Amino acid sequence: MSELVIETRGLNHYFGQQKVVDNLSLKVQKGSIYGFLGPNGAGKTTSIKILLNLLKSQKDTVYLFGKEINSNRIKSLKRLGALVEQPAIYAHLSGKENLINRCILLSINKRKADEMLALVGLTEAADKKAGKYSLGMKQRLGISLALLSDPELLLLDEPTNGLDPNGIIEIRNLMIELASKHGKTILVSSHLLSEIERIATHVGIINKGKLLFQGTITELHDLSKPTIEIEVSDIDRASEFLKSNGFEVNTIEEKKISLMYKSAEESGKINTLLVQNGFTVSSIYQVRKDLEHLFLDITKNN
Amino acid sequence: MHALLISLKSEFYKSRKTLAFWAAILLPLLICSLIAFGFFSQSARMSKVHYPAEALWMMYSGSALSVMGMLILPFYVIFMAFSVNNIEHKNDTWKTLFAQPLNKFSIYAAKYLYAVLLIFICLSLFVLLTYLSGNLLHLLVKGYNFNEVNPLGLLSKVYLKLFLSSLGILSLQFIASLIWSDFLKPMGIGFIGIIAGIITATKGWEYAYLIPYSHPAMVLTATKGKEPQVFFTQEIYSSLVYAAIFFILGYFIVARKSMK
Repeated sequence: MSELVIETRGLNHYFGQQKVVDNLSLKVQKGSIYGFLGPNGAGKTTSIKILLNLLKSQKDTVYLFGKEINSNRIKSLKRLGALVEQPAIYAHLSGKENLINRCILLSINKRKADEMLALVGLTEAADKKAGKYSLGMKQRLGISLALLSDPELLLLDEPTNGLDPNGIIEIRNLMIELASKHGKTILVSSHLLSEIERIATHVGIINKGKLLFQGTITELHDLSKPTIEIEVSDIDRASEFLKSNGFEVNTIEEKKISLMYKSAEESGKINTLLVQNGFTVSSIYQVRKDLEHLFLDITKNN
Repeated sequence: MHALLISLKSEFYKSRKTLAFWAAILLPLLICSLIAFGFFSQSARMSKVHYPAEALWMMYSGSALSVMGMLILPFYVIFMAFSVNNIEHKNDTWKTLFAQPLNKFSIYAAKYLYAVLLIFICLSLFVLLTYLSGNLLHLLVKGYNFNEVNPLGLLSKVYLKLFLSSLGILSLQFIASLIWSDFLKPMGIGFIGIIAGIITATKGWEYAYLIPYSHPAMVLTATKGKEPQVFFTQEIYSSLVYAAIFFILGYFIVARKSMK
C-alpha cells in the first residue's frame, strides 16, 4: 500500500451541538490528486481547517505525513501549502508584497516571489494593489502563496472559484503538472463533479459531514453508472427489438430510449443493429449522472 | 525566538504603508511642530518675561506632555491596539496567519510587541523632537535661553513613565480589538475608560490606580506634584501588572479563537 500523506481516523467535529464532521476517515495517498467533493456546507472547508490545525481535532484522529497533527503542528505545516475559502490577501499590499511578506514568515529568499508571480501569470500585475485584483487574480495569488514554500502537500479549497474558463484550465493544468512532474500530493475540494473528474486520481465524497464514498476515479465511474440515450423512430418497436436482442432497457420516454452504458463498442453495436433493422437513429449519446443523482445513488447504496 | 523575530519583521512589512505606522512618526512631529510654532510666534511677548531656563523648558515640554498624556496617548494606544489586529480582521487573514508553521504564541506576541514598539518610538520621538525644537528655538529667538539647562534626562524619565503607564491600556484594548473586528466597540470601551481615568486621576481618588486608563494621567499629576523623584510609582506597577495579566489572557483568547 502506498504511503498515506493524509489520514483521518474516525474524525468528528462539532460547532456547538451541530455535528459538522461525522466519523470521517480520509486516506490520501502520496502523489495523488484527491478530489474532495461535496455540496456547499457538506463539511469540506471544516475538514481542511482541521487538517491545518486551525480547528482542534481530538488526539490520534488526524495524521499528516504519518504523524499526529496536534503533537507535530509546526513540522506538518512546514510541509504543506494551503488555500482556504477566499484567498487571504492583504488588500493594501501589492501582489508581490503579499508574496514577500509570506517569504519573510517562511524564511524563504524573496526572489521566490517573482518566480511564483510568473508561475501564476501575475508578473505584469505584480506591483498593483492586491485589493484591486479581480477575483480570478486574487485566486491565482492565493495559489501562488500556497505554492511558495514548494510544499509536498497542497490543500486547495475550491481553487477555481471565480475563475474564467481560461483560468480554470490553467489552474487545472497546473495541478496536474504539480502532481505528475513534481510528485506533489494535492487535496482539492469542489462542489462540481465535472471539475474533479478532469483532474483527480482519487475521490472522496462528503455530505452532511459524512464520507459517502472514497476510492479511485475509476471506482467512482463504476458507481456513477452512465447510461446511453438513443433518439430513434418508432420508439416502442425499437425498444422491443433491443429487449429481444438481450439489451436491458432502463426507461422509455416520448422520443428516447435509455439503456445502461457498458462500453463504446457496445454503443456502436446497438446503433448498427438499429440502423440495419430499419430504424432511424437521430442521435445516440452517453449520459453521465450529475452529482446530485450520484449522491442519491451513493446514499442509497450506503 | 526566531519565530518571534520573523513575525515582528512581517508585522513591520505589512504595516509600513499604513497610518498605524506613520502615526508613530507624524503624531510627535505634528504636535511638537505646532508647539514650537506657538513659542516662535509668541517669542516677543515671552522673551520679555525672562523665564529661567528650567521654567521655560517646563512650560515648553509641558505643553506637549499635558495634551499627550491626558488625552492623545490613551487614544493613540487604543488606535494602535486596533490597527495591528484590524489588519488581519479586515483582510480575513487570521486563519492564514495561524496556518503558518510558526508557534502561535510567537505570532500573537509579535503583534503585541509591535504595538509596544510603535508606542515606544512615538514617545521617544516626542523626547527627541521636544529637545531638538527647543534648541532650535534658542537659535532662532535671541530671548530664549533653552541652552542653559539640559532637560533630556528628566524628559526621558517622564516619557518612559508615560510609556510604561500606557501598557495596561494597551493590553486591555488589545484583547478588545482581538475579539471585535469593528472599531466602535473597542473605541467605545476605551472612550469611557479614558473619561473615567481622567476624572479619577485628576480628582485624586485613592483607588484610581485600579483603572488602567487613569495611569498616564496619574503619571502627569505625580510629576507635577509630590514625588517627582520616584520612578516606580503605584500607577506604574499597576500598569505593568495589568499589562502582564491581559497579555496572557489575550493569548488564551487567540489560541481558542474560532476559525469557523
